[in-house]
Amino acid sequence: MRRLVSGNEACAEAALRAGIRFFGGYPITPSTEIAELMAEELPRVGGVFMQMEDEIASIMAIVGASAAGVPSMTATSGPGFSLMQEGIGYAAMTEIPVVVVDVMRGGPATGLPTKGSQGDLQQARWGTHGDHPVVVFAPRGVEETFALTLRAVDVSERLRVPVILLTDEFIGHMREIVSFPSRVEVYHRQRPRVASSEYVHYAEENNYNAPYASYGGGYAIHLTGLTHRADGFPINDAPTIRWNNERLRAKIEDNLAYLEDNYIDDDPDADTLIVAVGSSARSAYEAKLLTDKPLAYIRLLTLWPFPDATIHRLARGRKRVVVPEMNDGQLCREVQRCLSGDTELVSVTRNDGSMLTPQEVLEVL
Amino acid sequence: MRTEIRLSGRGGQGLILAGIVLAEACGVYEDKQVVQTQSYGPEARGGASRAEVIISDGQIRYPQAYDPDILVALSQPAFDRFAPKIKKSGLIFADSFYVHTDRKDVVLMPFSETARNEIGREVVTNVVMLGALSAVTDIVKLESLKKALKHRVRSAFLDLNLRAVDAGYKLGKEIWKKRSS
Repeated sequence: MRRLVSGNEACAEAALRAGIRFFGGYPITPSTEIAELMAEELPRVGGVFMQMEDEIASIMAIVGASAAGVPSMTATSGPGFSLMQEGIGYAAMTEIPVVVVDVMRGGPATGLPTKGSQGDLQQARWGTHGDHPVVVFAPRGVEETFALTLRAVDVSERLRVPVILLTDEFIGHMREIVSFPSRVEVYHRQRPRVASSEYVHYAEENNYNAPYASYGGGYAIHLTGLTHRADGFPINDAPTIRWNNERLRAKIEDNLAYLEDNYIDDDPDADTLIVAVGSSARSAYEAKLLTDKPLAYIRLLTLWPFPDATIHRLARGRKRVVVPEMNDGQLCREVQRCLSGDTELVSVTRNDGSMLTPQEVLEVL
Repeated sequence: MRTEIRLSGRGGQGLILAGIVLAEACGVYEDKQVVQTQSYGPEARGGASRAEVIISDGQIRYPQAYDPDILVALSQPAFDRFAPKIKKSGLIFADSFYVHTDRKDVVLMPFSETARNEIGREVVTNVVMLGALSAVTDIVKLESLKKALKHRVRSAFLDLNLRAVDAGYKLGKEIWKKRSS
């Protein structure tokens, strides 16, 4: 069914259809409509909406609800996302699936509440301390917000990882047509198949679709943010520390192909490659259409893990790589790692609360 | 083909609702691609507020207006700010009560006076304007606007809005006839 909805509305609707049944949050522009809709709709489907006292409580509330077996989500923007970082690390360490939506606005600090930006691209990956697994999706518009919210819930539940959906004020408040599917496939967490006495919460079986128990589900489990053994209790010896770190890392590295998602429009005659993400990719693609020059183009739907190999392959032998974005060059830094030879890197940035225009991109093409 | 429409005026004149109704009419009831955006926050309260609608047969990449084909201005500050930023071949429709200009290419229309005098409520100026747009451009059909109004407007105010869109359509046809003759 075709309907005109905003990015924030599409996100809430997708979350409900993906099986999210707990939302803990604290309203913040430009993400508030997501919380408003969840507050209205969750009670109707037997879910719970809880407005917390702040974003630290919000992230820990969804971690707790998810540990108890309920697919859970929160939505916020820059200042709230900063406060949530510790909880995101806790979810990563304890392997509790949660979905955090960050509708980016201008920063730092309270910055620009009503204006968009892409200032959190690096924070989404490295905001919490320590090496940790995290998956970040970045839609370019409303219909993709719907699709990637579904995917965020799915990946989070299957891999037991925090998943972040990075949208921005432009996308959150923009209205576009979404063709809503009549049915959505939902993955349900697999419960352990062994008796409680034999259950190990962090067993070797740690991949895609591995079963895990919930708090209150009849299995004895111990959760801690401390480095732990397979049974969940804290430990300090080097081999176990390495085992714990490796376990978290493997979760992402073993699933790179499953997680990677790009839109690629290659042109073998092009000496320039454009690398773009999110809403500013729309400015980049419009610019590509406004010029007759052959151009290769890649847009990342999965921002993290970063598609190093794909960008390296696409950039190889090209004269230039152009990276347009709405911050001071966060994506550009990452692309630089993937380049070899004497490929020139051109950063196109706009960081004043307005959308990068196709003309600004066109100037460097 | 890509058509960019910018609806501008004061905060409170219903421009965002007008943008939503127009986008829904084209996107849901005429199967076109649409994007609707607006200025948001403090900027939208007082001063020049705006809503934009992009309509296209194909996929819409850049979601904002960068070379508007049509500008509607319901206030003088909005007119002064946005009238210079329009496509050379573009059309400007301005409210004849709130906007004064010597420019001969600007189409002045009594949107607010029609709402006040014929419907009895100035609050439906935005919907009168949509009816007139439908009459003088080919961006949207009157029937599609009515379907979108039925979906977006509370039932207690639906009759008022349907009368307003009809009055606007009639107004548009009359003014266009005068201009063409």
